[in-house]
Amino acid sequence: MEPFTRLTAAGLPIDLPNVDTDRVIPARFLRKDRGVPEYSRFLFHDVRFGADGAERPEFILNQPPYRGARIVVAAENFGCGSSREAAVWALAAYGFRSVIAPSLGDIFHQNCFKNGLLPVILPAGVVDDLRRQLHARPGATLTVDLETQTVVAPDGAQHRFDVDAFRKEMLLGGRDEIGLTLGFEAQIAEFEARHAREMAWAVPPRAGT
Amino acid sequence: MFEKIWARHVVAEGPGGHVLLYVDRHLLHEGTTAALGRLARSGRSVRRPDLSFATADHYVSTLPGSPTTDPEARAMVEGLGRHTAQQGILHFGVGDPRRGIVHVIGPEQGLTVPGITLVCGDSHTATHGAFGALAFGIGSSEVEHVLATQTLWQKKPSTMRISVDGQLGPGVNAKDVILAIIAKIGAGGGVRHAIEYAGSTIRAMSMDERMTVCNMSIEAGARAGMIAPDETTFAYVEGRPLAPRGEAWRQALAEWKALPSDAGARFDREVQLAASEIAPTVTWGTSPQDALPITGRVPDPGSVADPGRRESMSRALAYMGLSAGTPLSDIAVDRVFIGSCTNSRLDDLRAAARVVKGRRAVVPAWIVPGSGLIKRAAEAEGLDRVFVDAGFEWRDAGCSMCVGMNGDLAVAGERVASTSNRNFEGRQGKGARTHLMSPVMAAAAAVTGRLTDVRSLGA
Repeated sequence: MEPFTRLTAAGLPIDLPNVDTDRVIPARFLRKDRGVPEYSRFLFHDVRFGADGAERPEFILNQPPYRGARIVVAAENFGCGSSREAAVWALAAYGFRSVIAPSLGDIFHQNCFKNGLLPVILPAGVVDDLRRQLHARPGATLTVDLETQTVVAPDGAQHRFDVDAFRKEMLLGGRDEIGLTLGFEAQIAEFEARHAREMAWAVPPRAGT
Repeated sequence: MFEKIWARHVVAEGPGGHVLLYVDRHLLHEGTTAALGRLARSGRSVRRPDLSFATADHYVSTLPGSPTTDPEARAMVEGLGRHTAQQGILHFGVGDPRRGIVHVIGPEQGLTVPGITLVCGDSHTATHGAFGALAFGIGSSEVEHVLATQTLWQKKPSTMRISVDGQLGPGVNAKDVILAIIAKIGAGGGVRHAIEYAGSTIRAMSMDERMTVCNMSIEAGARAGMIAPDETTFAYVEGRPLAPRGEAWRQALAEWKALPSDAGARFDREVQLAASEIAPTVTWGTSPQDALPITGRVPDPGSVADPGRRESMSRALAYMGLSAGTPLSDIAVDRVFIGSCTNSRLDDLRAAARVVKGRRAVVPAWIVPGSGLIKRAAEAEGLDRVFVDAGFEWRDAGCSMCVGMNGDLAVAGERVASTSNRNFEGRQGKGARTHLMSPVMAAAAAVTGRLTDVRSLGA
């Protein structure tokens, strides 16, 4: 996984609350291999492109100052709905590395961490203000610094955010979570032995026996 | 109850309040084939194939006798069969009568029992919480992590108790209860919470109804939704093919009876609803929180103070092709879908059949049973004849038109009365318009051709 340390990039304001992951990537693209070159086109596909495949100029990501954005600044509950990790893959394929919002869909939030995207939760008033600045100055940049847990707004204001110590360490190091957990083999084996004694009923009988 | 299950599954403590949580059941479907592929390519193997179970539901065709033709969808279905065979995982594949929607067959096979942790790469996994299990949906990377380690790094969520008390009126059922709950707390109201549903209304529900309630926890933002196990739960589980038996059953039962939350248990948030205030409910917008009693009217964005909310309502009405002030019962529908992990169980089909009997569908209407075994059971009761005689299509088990990825789609502009769980833009097909409701309300819409108060049909 690509580490996340510090990023200065243009921000993309998305004002709609409850943006679901079906909107981020429609279901018909979930069968596609994430390695295909056109993967970034699936991002926001049905609101970003018309029936003829041409860009819809009214969609904000199609407007020149925002095309190079790498930080999404969203409204409440962004990424709600389906567990599809492809929502994060599509954002990453386009080049996004961070999502700032007052709240995020829980599964989407977790999926970000697994793919080197930093989810940042800030108070609604702060995020509203960030979006206002990004609308007022299209293409304006923000800085997201994981080490210091700080967002620097286009106007220079600094906003500190919380992040779990565990997730911070994993992202800063770009670490492989499965590899880390396999290092807990002794604890898992010990737990399984105890669990098998104390909750023997929790293992289903073998089918057909 | 949540705390009791959590505490028994902690393998190790990590930094920042994270714990390594053990997983008792891992359910797989063909949408998670990619995670099995990545695991195989990394040279890692499945740690506990005996705790992993698979079925094909998302991408399969539900047209009887018609195999999945799309090559990419077929590759996912066949890949699941191949990987599970290599790894020694029990797979209910195409052709197996036990195949069905993953959240339907887990309980049906006795895999879902109280007191366990259960995960699946699908957001509707909270369905299994109806049994007093801690069940939640996970992403593809987490699926791979569970396959390799049988654990997940998790941070303990906050707890919320939602109590519903009193007797539901005629025509009002579990779907109306959960839609009313989501409308009350909002689509993000349960974010970072594990919900426990309690109260006399919930206690009086069958397991099928309880699953409908827990299923839509994610539509309120909560990954997990649970109901304390009781005699209704135990009676459902006992004797299922993969449920504990003999001495294991006796031990399990003794533990399950101690699972319910203690009288003085504290929750981070408490919400109360009165059953008497819940009416047959439909959604009008593009979020499950956009739900109102069928006796209501399409709301007016102009009457809302918050500008963000006003804009999203206007956008929803434009997408849905609705005007503010229109009585909901004046809205004509183009098709009806009864199915999905929310409402495809035998209780749902029986309830819908009672409305349909002696009437005729006036728009295309589908019944998609949740599993092959439910389909058989319904046929044994003659429910299929009721539906077919009324002009409904009686299809094979699968996710079908809930999920928009298996060829079962509505076309742009079509308005669907649907018993599924999401009315998002494009969910049932690009440009398709979804109104969520219960099976009896969907059946009523099928026989009248518009959103209809099922109580007006005397059902």
